[in-house]
Amino acid sequence: MEKKSEYVIKQISVFSENRPGRLAAIAEALRKEKINIFAFSIAEANGFGVVRALVNNPERAHETLTDMGFMVSFTDVIAVKMRDEPGGLYETARILGDAGVNIEYSYAYSGKDAAVLVLRVDQAEEAIERILAHGGELLSRSLFS
Amino acid sequence: MFWNNHMETLSDADLAALQLKRLKWTVRQAEKVPFYRTELREAGVGADDIRSLDDAARLPFTRKQDLREGYPFGFFAVPLKQVVRIHTTSGTTGKPTVVGYTRQDLENWAELMARDLTMVGLTDDDVFQNALGYGLFTGGLGFHYGAEKVGMTVVPSATGNTKRQIEMIEDFGVTAINSTPSYGMRLAEVAEEMGAGLDSLKVGIFGAEPWSNNMRKELEERLGITAYDSYGMSEMYGPGAAFECEERNGLHFWHDSYFLEIIDPETGEVLGPGERGELVVTPLVKEAMPLIRYRTGDITMLMEDRCPCGRGHKIARIMGRSDDMLVIRGVNIFPSQIEHVLLSLPEVGEQFMVYIDRKHHLDEMRIEVEINRECFSGELKDLARLQAHVAGALRDTLGLRTSVTLVEPGSLPRFEGKAKRVIDRRGEVW
Repeated sequence: MEKKSEYVIKQISVFSENRPGRLAAIAEALRKEKINIFAFSIAEANGFGVVRALVNNPERAHETLTDMGFMVSFTDVIAVKMRDEPGGLYETARILGDAGVNIEYSYAYSGKDAAVLVLRVDQAEEAIERILAHGGELLSRSLFS
Repeated sequence: MFWNNHMETLSDADLAALQLKRLKWTVRQAEKVPFYRTELREAGVGADDIRSLDDAARLPFTRKQDLREGYPFGFFAVPLKQVVRIHTTSGTTGKPTVVGYTRQDLENWAELMARDLTMVGLTDDDVFQNALGYGLFTGGLGFHYGAEKVGMTVVPSATGNTKRQIEMIEDFGVTAINSTPSYGMRLAEVAEEMGAGLDSLKVGIFGAEPWSNNMRKELEERLGITAYDSYGMSEMYGPGAAFECEERNGLHFWHDSYFLEIIDPETGEVLGPGERGELVVTPLVKEAMPLIRYRTGDITMLMEDRCPCGRGHKIARIMGRSDDMLVIRGVNIFPSQIEHVLLSLPEVGEQFMVYIDRKHHLDEMRIEVEINRECFSGELKDLARLQAHVAGALRDTLGLRTSVTLVEPGSLPRFEGKAKRVIDRRGEVW
């Protein structure tokens, strides 16, 4: 069996004030560095938000955004390949639910060959083990560096 | 230790009698100034109407603006021939104001300064480095003559050339240093760079700008001293009108020489002990430039408890400026209070902006603070928790619910000189 840490992926989390132009500033910085964004989401609360993104080069994204003055940190997430058809999400969610793994937040994207569910969970190792045991497929961190 | 045991520990009754006598004298002296002749006539009160200290409340206030309009010598009550020195205050806006001293005024000032320096334990055995500006600023010369009067060995180093200052402390065995708190920090920095231990130093006196207890702790640790706060302004001769004693819990004012009131800056009403308001001072022994009920703009309160040292009533260390005071839903708020709260929270920076709006007839105060970069975990819930934590700490200190907005580090304006951190948008509602 492959090492479980192989499937722990670095998401970048960027603090952003909730005002026009902030996302554009982040996206422009990544464009200039030719960093591709696979998936992203914005979580918002009381006047500020956290932009979360899966990118093909998290280290360089972190460095670039930090140099621009943004507050950036890495967050460990996992990315599960789902069947892009009815019931795809259910399969993954059920596995985690049965294992007692709590999902803190999640977002998804639809890629060329499959849909991908990005998950921030409270017990990453347990989640990885269960998904693999059920024959599920996880994206490896090597795709993101 | 006392310089003038009798005057420093007058009984309440003796003090009240002395103050009344001197207040009458001061009003009479002020009647020699055209500005006061007019003001007193309009208020319908003269020296002979002052029968008790309560009658002081009938006297008109004097404002900084009045002094400015009297430029240069409009407030002198004696001929220039009797004025042996003048100082000026740096006007941040408009013209400076001029203050004058008779020979007796300089003697009075040095006497109060000698009391201050003796109160913090300094004697003629001490070597006193006076790192305040000499010249038109009252700080340098004010301390200079007081320290000489005590018999100290005075090093009139003034400001600047910080390396040389450090060398002098070491070479001359300086035991007490006097400076602004920010220059004190600079001295500490340079001493550390030079590897100077400053072993002889034991006392630091700091004034002329507000400083926090955190800063006191840092100055004490880095300079190896006990730090004391000094208070004064050129309208009260200069520094030394009030000073901390060895208890370091509030400032002793010299009540034989200054009559104090604390007023509500909005209404002018006189407030009682323990109530925060604007300090109003009537100097009682000034010859060249008597002032009546001078509005200092400084916010403090009279402290109720007597000090174990045996001297008279204290005022709290200055809490802010009345021109900065905000009234939010009936609660008096000073931006300095917000600053103090933020300084105590490592998760946020000390820069802030305050926005005040009126929504549905209710004042809303919103405070923007910068997150400390190191404290960002990337998790929204941690940010929400931090936001609630900051709002809670502000509520505890201000007694008021505020809304807190977290912003990116470095995004708030930095001010050089006077900060403009409050945007009050209620204007037209008043």
